[in-house]
Amino acid sequence: MDMAVASPQALFEASGVKDVLDRLDSELIGLTPVKSRIRDIAALLLVDKLRTEQGLQSQPPSLHMSFTGNPGTGKTTVAMRMAEVLKQLGYVRKGHLVAVTRDDLVGQFIGHTAPKTKEVVKKAMGGVLFIDEAYYLYKPENERDYGQESIEILLQAMENQRDDLVVILAGYKDRMDTFFGSNPGMASRVAHHIDFPDYSEAELMQIAQLMLRALNYDFDASAAAAFARYITLRRQQPHFANARSIRNALDRMRLGHATRVVRADSAPTREQLRTLQAEDIAGSRVFDSPAAASGG
Amino acid sequence: MMTNQGNRVTQGQFSYLPDLTDAQIGKQIDYALSNGWSIGVEYTDDPHPRNVYWEMYGNPMFDLLDAAAILMEINACRKTFPSHYIRVTAFDSTRGWETPRMSYIVNRPAKEPGFGLARQEAEGRNIRYRISSYATDRPEGERYK
Repeated sequence: MDMAVASPQALFEASGVKDVLDRLDSELIGLTPVKSRIRDIAALLLVDKLRTEQGLQSQPPSLHMSFTGNPGTGKTTVAMRMAEVLKQLGYVRKGHLVAVTRDDLVGQFIGHTAPKTKEVVKKAMGGVLFIDEAYYLYKPENERDYGQESIEILLQAMENQRDDLVVILAGYKDRMDTFFGSNPGMASRVAHHIDFPDYSEAELMQIAQLMLRALNYDFDASAAAAFARYITLRRQQPHFANARSIRNALDRMRLGHATRVVRADSAPTREQLRTLQAEDIAGSRVFDSPAAASGG
Repeated sequence: MMTNQGNRVTQGQFSYLPDLTDAQIGKQIDYALSNGWSIGVEYTDDPHPRNVYWEMYGNPMFDLLDAAAILMEINACRKTFPSHYIRVTAFDSTRGWETPRMSYIVNRPAKEPGFGLARQEAEGRNIRYRISSYATDRPEGERYK
């Protein structure tokens, strides 16, 4: 071919998508299946653009997604990034994220739901509509529940306004499966089901380091070891919420650190102000658990 | 028909141009949104130039970010009032402006009969003028069919 066509790789780099994906890689630890799916979508949109330039038929793909995973696995964060990626690729025009839950969509009396849902849909146009814990929309035990009406309007918007907005449904895996099972219309309109795996211990440690760096704190050697042990124990306990639990643990550690610094007689140095030590977390109840007593 | 060229009311922006297409309206809305102005949709069937109180179709759309959503609202208004005048207004809330910055008609009746001019003899051979749309002789809601 003598026509000068940019190679996909060059186009990929020029479009600014590469930067966004690289940032995704560096700022989000783990989540390999999620990242590879986002890469696939980015590639598809790019190839579609090339096909359009060549006059080939290209229909914008349906990009409604479902994010399933345990709490704290990064569903909301990824949704926010997704809006950015889709904006860079020119799939959505504005790239904003509208995050809603059931009470933003469902009304309190007859005739209240439809305008409320439509209002949200209009607000999300040109961007991404993120519905957290979407299964609460459908309450089979109450046949008069207005959630069903909201689902119907969403379905209509997902079909007719496909060019104007991307809908992302998120929630726990098993409950989302039930939700899709009882709403086949919804299941058939959601093309991408992405499962967010739980983080491994090493990944959680990396996440902790990343959070600390963002806050201008640091572990000393003893604290790093203590925190690794904390993660091991905490993971075995109920209500473990992955990255969210890590953030909470770090917040409590900062409290311990502040108390220790205040109690000291001398003026703290810069180094002391930013270094967390093992004793800052040693008071945690996690270490009192039977698992810890038996040697972890 | 010298006084009512093309039988069209000319009010607001773009009124001497052919009617805007939806794509063109979308571009104008994008321009308004990029300036941070909020869009309102208004309708009336009284096209008198001094009639500034048009009815609002829904609330002003302070929270919408995309033209597609506003076009949806415009089309809903067209469906409800197919033979009314409908205009789109972009309101600038910046202190010091606080006024519509754009206003243009996006829907008009198929047949606009134009305005009649009436003269009234007043004191001292003064003449007072009054214009009124031929359409407004009929009651509200039945003016354009």
